[in-house]
Amino acid sequence: MADKPIVGEKRAFMTGNEAVTWAALAAGAHIMYGYPITPQNEIMHYWTRMAPKYDRGFLQTEDELSAGFTCIGGVLAGKRAFTGTAGPGTILMQEPLSMAEMMRIPMVTVICQRGGPSTATVIYSQQETRLTCFGGNGEGYRLVYSTAGQQDLFDYTIKAFNVAWKYRFPTFILSDGYQSKMREPLTIYDPEERGIKMVETEPLLGGTGIPGVDRDPRHLRNTYNMEDELYQVVMDMDQEYKRIAPEVVEYKAMETEDAELVLVAHGIVSRATEGAVRVLREQGYRVGHFRPITLRPFPGEALKEAVAKARRVLVVESSMGQLAGMVKEELYDLSVPVTGYFRPGEGITAEEVVEQVRGR
Amino acid sequence: MATLPQPPMPVVWRSETKPHKFCPGCGHPLVLKALGESIEELGIQDKTVFGCDIGCSLLAWDFFNLDTVQAHHGRVTPVIVGLHRANPRLVGIAYMGDGGGYAIGSQHLVNAATRNEKIMVLLVNNTLYAMTGGQMAPTTLPKQKTETSPYGREPETTGKPTLGPEMIRAIAPDSAYVARGTVSRLPQLKRFIKKGLENVVSGKGFAFIEALSLCPTNWRTNAEETWKFLEQDMHGYFPVGELAPEKGEE
Repeated sequence: MADKPIVGEKRAFMTGNEAVTWAALAAGAHIMYGYPITPQNEIMHYWTRMAPKYDRGFLQTEDELSAGFTCIGGVLAGKRAFTGTAGPGTILMQEPLSMAEMMRIPMVTVICQRGGPSTATVIYSQQETRLTCFGGNGEGYRLVYSTAGQQDLFDYTIKAFNVAWKYRFPTFILSDGYQSKMREPLTIYDPEERGIKMVETEPLLGGTGIPGVDRDPRHLRNTYNMEDELYQVVMDMDQEYKRIAPEVVEYKAMETEDAELVLVAHGIVSRATEGAVRVLREQGYRVGHFRPITLRPFPGEALKEAVAKARRVLVVESSMGQLAGMVKEELYDLSVPVTGYFRPGEGITAEEVVEQVRGR
Repeated sequence: MATLPQPPMPVVWRSETKPHKFCPGCGHPLVLKALGESIEELGIQDKTVFGCDIGCSLLAWDFFNLDTVQAHHGRVTPVIVGLHRANPRLVGIAYMGDGGGYAIGSQHLVNAATRNEKIMVLLVNNTLYAMTGGQMAPTTLPKQKTETSPYGREPETTGKPTLGPEMIRAIAPDSAYVARGTVSRLPQLKRFIKKGLENVVSGKGFAFIEALSLCPTNWRTNAEETWKFLEQDMHGYFPVGELAPEKGEE
């Protein structure tokens, strides 16, 4: 068996799916469960090539329902288990994810967004934002990191395993087909050498000792008989989610101090909006940029600060306002108008954003 | 208060959660008792994880002194598959009803069998969806009346009852153990369950056991009619016994 997948650190030129796989290996992920769907496939391709060398497991399931539920099983056995999917697969995955939400299962799911609704396209899109954050018949008790490139994918995949097991909420890497397929330079590293200690895992079922003799049996369920019983479960979860939110939220604000216009974008689109801010600043426009990195929990307070002096907010996204909806909810009690530049299922360039701003 | 003499129960029987939550006359507790005794006799209480499904099977979630998980409808199979894949030391049991196994979760059952997952699926067949109020299931007998076949099941439009073990035998490798037992022959059912567990404990292969069971609540039968329906109608359609592999594969 080979030693560590990555020793020290090194520069690499990789696709996003490759970066995710290396990160999962470096993070000590034990097993992946997956079902083929574009643009997620290469995570499985790389994983199945490398996993045997590092004594990691893999199961190709019969569908995404099974990929999600087997992943829950892997977590119950106490393993760092993950899965990945996209589009219609993300829809099916909501069923296991809602069980994971209810039972606080720290599974990690990589969502490689593709166009929708339905089968649609496989590259540009941010149309699974709402589904990833709020899918299922619950309240969205999930931790969602929206990445903006290969370095992010590597860094946050490692982080996802840690926050999942630390806080015990299902955790997501929200990427897209463009990040999955493009190559970029990045630095890959052994987390330990960066001072990142991986959070220990533990079996939730099948631990040591005879249940009922040496210890109480663990009886995990997601069904409740009484309304009051469920209410208490949900309220406890809500309280815990709100308690940890300040520790979890992440964002990036740029040139917002004096900004009259604040662009808001997440994921890969934020690369275009950041680029646009640089160009516009050179041309004398007082434009700033705000990028939520966590979409759940949402960095609402930081967003409010970022738009404090703004006369307008422009949300830019590759969907018809899924992020804008979240932004409006956060800014509801402010008078600043929230407008949008929406390109559902299409890529957005910095030039387009510059034009949008200058044309107004 | 004087305590009446109690029948001997397996050590995995969790007395804190008794009386159990099943209806009077239900077959589940009989199947679970046979399972509990098998686990005790094989001495695998410390490494067995019991998963139950949606439907009446979920009422077993706290039945045993075992680690347990209750899953969604039809999904206990993948949960137990995933658990066992991640920790093959564990003995995984997926416990479900006929709706969970043959309808909503059939793709999981079929694929777990073809992959020869080293887990045991124990499926309780009472010919209908009991927890939801007695709707037609894949196993409902021809002419049998249910809430969604109020004039009797019509095979022409709704198909014939699913023969689960026969299907699994046809698709699973020879090393899989497949049997159909009945709560009216408990020692035999227990023998099947034990052999199924031995098959997975030894790492030989998949195990699938269907247990023909009782549901007087939804059948709307008295004691006599209940046993008659099981022993005449159900036994007549669903052959009881082990299903040996066709000769020649191994």
